[in-house]
Amino acid sequence: MHHVVVERWSRGASPLHARDARVKLGALVALLIAISTTPDRSQFAFAAYAAVVAAAMAASRLPLAGLVRRGALVLPFSATFALITWWSGEPTRALALAEKSFLSGLSALLLVATTPLTQLLAGLETLGAPRILILVVQFLYRYLFVISEQAQHMRLAAQSRHSAGAAQRRRFTASAGAIGVLFARSWERADGIYRAMLARGFSGRFAPSVRPHLHAADVVFLAAALVVCAGIRLAA
Amino acid sequence: MNRVIEVRGLRYRYPDGTQALDGIDFHLDAGECVALFGSNGSGKTTFVLHLNGLLEGEGSVEVCGLPVRRGALDQIRAKVGLVFQDSDEQLFMPTVLEDVAFGPANLGLDPAAAAGRALKMLEQVGMAGAIHKAPYHLSAGEKRRVAIAGVLAMQPEILVFDEPTTFLDPPGQRELAKLLAGLPQAKLLVTHDVEFARALASRAVFFDHGKVAGEGTVDEIIRRFDWVPRFRESESPDRR
Repeated sequence: MHHVVVERWSRGASPLHARDARVKLGALVALLIAISTTPDRSQFAFAAYAAVVAAAMAASRLPLAGLVRRGALVLPFSATFALITWWSGEPTRALALAEKSFLSGLSALLLVATTPLTQLLAGLETLGAPRILILVVQFLYRYLFVISEQAQHMRLAAQSRHSAGAAQRRRFTASAGAIGVLFARSWERADGIYRAMLARGFSGRFAPSVRPHLHAADVVFLAAALVVCAGIRLAA
Repeated sequence: MNRVIEVRGLRYRYPDGTQALDGIDFHLDAGECVALFGSNGSGKTTFVLHLNGLLEGEGSVEVCGLPVRRGALDQIRAKVGLVFQDSDEQLFMPTVLEDVAFGPANLGLDPAAAAGRALKMLEQVGMAGAIHKAPYHLSAGEKRRVAIAGVLAMQPEILVFDEPTTFLDPPGQRELAKLLAGLPQAKLLVTHDVEFARALASRAVFFDHGKVAGEGTVDEIIRRFDWVPRFRESESPDRR
């Protein structure tokens, strides 16, 4: 499960993990703005952004292949649009579209993979993000585990009662029904979890597990990220 | 004896029309351990959900002299620790330490103090070695211990356990009984496990169709309601 792996990664130890969530968010926003506003023809700039992301990946001490594979999850979507653009006679734009989406996806993944969700959301909250948005993200993330766990249980139960020769059509019908049951069961489980949270004093706000505190290294990191992103963008 | 729970005439009807509780009178004294017996669907779980305001019925429920009502839920939930039947529902944070610290953080403790208290409780239940583990990687017995630590970390005066021995193997049940016996709080055990209740409870209450059908010592209630599992005909009371 991708989210379980990323959750584990986010609790690692590296210079990038040690940075405050807010400065990483700031650096990500700067990089995304720079990437998205870079002219399509500027392949040098995209190579420079890729070098920046690669350096950050190396600093994160996370498995590079795993990061690239998960970052590439955006490619099927962007590649579809890139192909359409290519066929319409704009190959430079098509290539830039794929590059922009891949680099942006990989950068966002790097942030999530080096920052525990509680710290990331606490950082967002101190930066003024709406509380309701943060609450929704937190519940979505929690319930992702719930749904995947329910799905695994149901898959095992279905496998234990499927014969190897079961007709494909029959399997498809069973799977379609199972999706409905999965959501009903997940809803029940989510209700139980919410009840357990209330029983332990939850009042609509997750308390941060660490109190955010900026260090000199965080400021230097953010300043360096801003300078590099601005430099590449202006040179493009 | 200091009364910590006082329930009078509690009634509750689910939105589908099921009358789950029909005039329950109940009390629990400080330091006492009471077992709640009754068939599935007799209202035991519905009853305990009223004790920290997760459900709101007609009648009166008082915890440590405080009426359970909307304005006082923060205080009530700090006093009544509820350990749910399914530990998976109770463990929702990414790591064991964060999960146990969830309650103290909600009580207003700063992150370091909440983590400190969580660590202390995990040591008490023998799970200090698992602080960085994800809860879903633990065994059923370990999950139950972490769930109990999560509730103990709120330092409640009353502990309510809903089917605490479910999913536990016999050694796990013995360890849990030993752990609970060492806790000074008043305890309410919703259980079908008569041996577990015998080991811990001094009094038992029997629920039937949302009413209290009987009350007495654990053995009195077991005899009166024939509340022991028998799987062979030779064990039937008629054959003995």
